[in-house]
Amino acid sequence: MTHSYLPILIMLAIAAVFGATFLSLNWVVGRHQRNPSKLDPYESGVPLLDVNRKRVNVRFYQIAMLFIIFDIEAAFLYPWAVIYREGALSSRATAMFLFTEMLVFILLLGVGYVYVWKKKAFDWK
Amino acid sequence: MAFDTTDVILSLVKIAIVLAMMLQVTPIMAWVERRGSALMQDRPGPNRVGPFGLFQAFADALKFILKEDIIPARAHKWLYTLAPAIGLLPALTTIAVVPWGRPFLLAEREVGGRILFEGGRWFVPVVADVSVGILVVFALASFSVYGITTAGWASNNKYSLFGGIRASAQMISYELALTLAAVSVLLATGSLKLTDVVWHQTGTFVLFDTLRLPAWNVLSPSMWLSFIVFVVAAFAETNRLPFDFAEADAELVAGYHTEYSSMKFALFFMAEYMAMASMSAVIATLYLGGWDIPWYNEPPTFLGFLLSALFFVAKVGFLLFFFVWIRWTIPRLKYDILMRLGWKVFLPMAFVNILLVAGFIAMRWI
Repeated sequence: MTHSYLPILIMLAIAAVFGATFLSLNWVVGRHQRNPSKLDPYESGVPLLDVNRKRVNVRFYQIAMLFIIFDIEAAFLYPWAVIYREGALSSRATAMFLFTEMLVFILLLGVGYVYVWKKKAFDWK
Repeated sequence: MAFDTTDVILSLVKIAIVLAMMLQVTPIMAWVERRGSALMQDRPGPNRVGPFGLFQAFADALKFILKEDIIPARAHKWLYTLAPAIGLLPALTTIAVVPWGRPFLLAEREVGGRILFEGGRWFVPVVADVSVGILVVFALASFSVYGITTAGWASNNKYSLFGGIRASAQMISYELALTLAAVSVLLATGSLKLTDVVWHQTGTFVLFDTLRLPAWNVLSPSMWLSFIVFVVAAFAETNRLPFDFAEADAELVAGYHTEYSSMKFALFFMAEYMAMASMSAVIATLYLGGWDIPWYNEPPTFLGFLLSALFFVAKVGFLLFFFVWIRWTIPRLKYDILMRLGWKVFLPMAFVNILLVAGFIAMRWI
């Protein structure tokens, strides 16, 4: 049933219209008195001496990479979680199978997790 | 693909109700936050505009509209303008998949010679009852990172950039804990549909042969760990204190919205409160039984729907107040503590809880 998703799309569209209305309303009604110092980036009152977009700490990229690894793993957990209850209640053997399967998967991931931990990837300092 | 007129109209009615509720959240919450903080800090708070300062929000809105709309000279003009709208989209849309009342039967009736609701029709109070409900919630929750990060980068300001970068790292870290904590709930329910999650929590269960408790997930002996993880991660996802590193007024002036003024700033403000409201609705649905009224079997009538919807609003309202309460009680953490907490404490906690629930189900205890 694809059209059960349509209301979400409609709400997205309405939200976009809201956003556009608010933004343009302000532009139409609001004052327009500009001067160069008003349009300067805020630097706590001192003039800007260098560029604003400086290089950032590499740790942010590290976190992003770790996130992708663990997020994909979460994506694997979801289908398992959906069928688990039905399978586990059908027979003891299936329950054992489903449980050990995921235990092995999580343990394998745990090895990687411990490695990353030991490499101090989670320590910000 | 054929459309049934009744379905379309019912759908539009639901969207209208939900949007009306969501747009009310910001003024109400702005008032609750300011008066609540005043109450906790023993000062009067805004009390001049209207009784108890109730109309303060309208005065603020008017001021936001009439203020000058500034686009800094060095900013990336398009992204700078779009970012507040991008932030608003997910905040307003997440609520679409959350059920907010007990379904009830619309009886067949005749109005002006036309038969409405032929053979009776179920009114399911959720805008989009999709089979992957919870995935839609997380998809939109991760989408909200873009609004903040784009704003931070496009402003071309050091404070904004730091706020945006910090927010993106924080939000993706805690999103992990959030998604993994929810797996526990899905294990117990066996479905991604949020209406199924709520149905699963109706009724009662008996704890230790003595206590008769509502079958809410938060009261289940196997689920409280994931509840804690989910609530804390929800705070981090919505950038609320003690995790408001995207703004961090003491360090970063105003974080990602330093350069924003007038209505653009107001849109971020709205998005924050709407995201809080949607997050509260998701917490209520996953753990606090959604629209379920404890120890009461709601009839499938309009009255049952109304009572359950009121209960749902009450639960969301309490959670929203909880957000405010925490904000004025716990000071901001340090950034390294935040990251360490997310990766070293909440992530393993979520995993332990998944194994716990899976074990409980395998042993047929829940």
